[in-house]
Amino acid sequence: MTAFFEGLGLPYEWAWGVATIAGILLIALPVMLAVAMVIYVDRKVLGAIMLRRGPNVVGPFGLLQSFADGLKVFLQETIIPSAANKGIFLLAPIITFTVALAAWAVIPFGDGVVLADINVGLLYILAISSLGVYGVVMSGWASNSKYPFFSAMRAAAQMISYEVSIGFILVCVVLWAGTFNMSGIVEAQRGHGLGFVNGFFFNPLLFPMFVVFFISALAETARAPFDLTEAESELVAGYQTEYSSMAFALFWLGEYANILLMCSLCTILFMGGWLPPIEWAPLYYVPGFIWFLLKTFFFFLLFSWIWATVPRYRYDQLMRLGWKVFLPMSLVFVAVISGYLMATGHFTDAPSLVDPATVTPDQIVEAVEAPTPAVSTAS
Amino acid sequence: MIQTLAFYLFATLVVASAVMVIMARNPVHSVLWLILSFFNAAGLMVLVGAEFIAMLLVIVYVGAVAVLFLFVVMMLDIDFAEMRAGFIKNFPLGIAIALILLAELGLGLGAYGAGGIELGTPDGTAAVSASTSNIAAIGALLYGRYILLFEIAGIILLVAMIGAIVLTFQAPPPGSRAQQDIGKQIARRPEEATVMKNPDIGKGVEL
Repeated sequence: MTAFFEGLGLPYEWAWGVATIAGILLIALPVMLAVAMVIYVDRKVLGAIMLRRGPNVVGPFGLLQSFADGLKVFLQETIIPSAANKGIFLLAPIITFTVALAAWAVIPFGDGVVLADINVGLLYILAISSLGVYGVVMSGWASNSKYPFFSAMRAAAQMISYEVSIGFILVCVVLWAGTFNMSGIVEAQRGHGLGFVNGFFFNPLLFPMFVVFFISALAETARAPFDLTEAESELVAGYQTEYSSMAFALFWLGEYANILLMCSLCTILFMGGWLPPIEWAPLYYVPGFIWFLLKTFFFFLLFSWIWATVPRYRYDQLMRLGWKVFLPMSLVFVAVISGYLMATGHFTDAPSLVDPATVTPDQIVEAVEAPTPAVSTAS
Repeated sequence: MIQTLAFYLFATLVVASAVMVIMARNPVHSVLWLILSFFNAAGLMVLVGAEFIAMLLVIVYVGAVAVLFLFVVMMLDIDFAEMRAGFIKNFPLGIAIALILLAELGLGLGAYGAGGIELGTPDGTAAVSASTSNIAAIGALLYGRYILLFEIAGIILLVAMIGAIVLTFQAPPPGSRAQQDIGKQIARRPEEATVMKNPDIGKGVEL
């Protein structure tokens, strides 16, 4: 896009700046629109499963319900509790919302359709999603109220626990793909299953990791059955209890943007991103963008289906699942997968400065004991 | 130009938020300023092209260490008057450490100014070319030349982890409620857990 703005006669740096801002808007606005529609879908699915109609009054089929809700929330009064820590109280929803949008920068929507195609894309996602907990913790503490504080403590422990196993699952995927770049990971899945199915989903070694990732994604976004941070039967509304108006809406928008992000991560890491499900030429006539959206939407439907059908976990069960089941399991799979890849010669083209096959232990000891060469041999 | 602007933005914010860490009256505010400082340091790392280190900084320090900090500080009930008294008591030690750090900074700058240190190339054989990505270069160094040190560091961490678990783990006494058998809980069926009773009027039920 930079080239396009350069063509308009702007110098490179200005063109880059304008192109980046345009790119951010091109991602952030549709994501917000998607969040509004997805809240509608969520309520419709929930309604259908509970044999209700769901929202059906505002606009055709109730399609405009989310916008009506947004307008209503926008016109409400912002209430700040007098005992709250004002600055942090107001900062918390802003952080939640910003962080939820920032992670979208590295998501490839199609072949080359990505704002920042960086080498460390997956690490960036991990870094940004680990920031999400601050919004919750800060709001819980700044509200100066019991239930939000309980909720904040639950959220902090929950997100840290599940991030660990998510990290190991990402290691498995990265080992197979050989890159941290999101587009590279999608490309690595081309024809992965027997040469004609696209996606790590169809790999018997990675499929269990997909299941663990999906469940961890539910826990990471505090979605049912792991929605202990806003368990309405115990904690009123959790960390959002003291919030009203737009501050409250920002939490919701951020939460759904995070859920969509996790759905698209499932798509990119395991279902082949923008690639069609089957490696068959006619399927490539459908734009990759459409495939990506369809797969993401499929995962979102799974999320709402689970919300409607599964009862909530107890907190100790949640911790047990994270630390005693998922963590050992993903650790074992890292070992198994790297062992399998090593045995099948997957890493022969990996970059290496020292050939591991020819280095003897003596050489390594020698190299370590040698005087630090930073000053002596560089010149 | 954008890089220069970004550098000054990040550098100013790092220094300013670091100052705020020690100036803030509320310890929770201090931790939040510390997080901002970490985050901007990561921005500086990205500017020098060390994006892998930057991401690690955010994941490890901001995502894990600082959350625990925040957690602990929020839970503590801190007495500010006592803290002030501690400040006066520790002042000489603090000054001494500050002077040592300043001297080290001066030494480092002096050595760099005298020349002879080539940044970014640990030795001739492991010269990192611009074409290899950060992760590949660091990985090749860690798992090639520095494999022994790397493994030793890993084992030390493992020992530390086991030590922490041994020190803090308290097995619940046998038969207590904390000792749960999840399998047993899940395998339990309604028939075993509930009984149907049809009590006569005014009689009650014996359980």
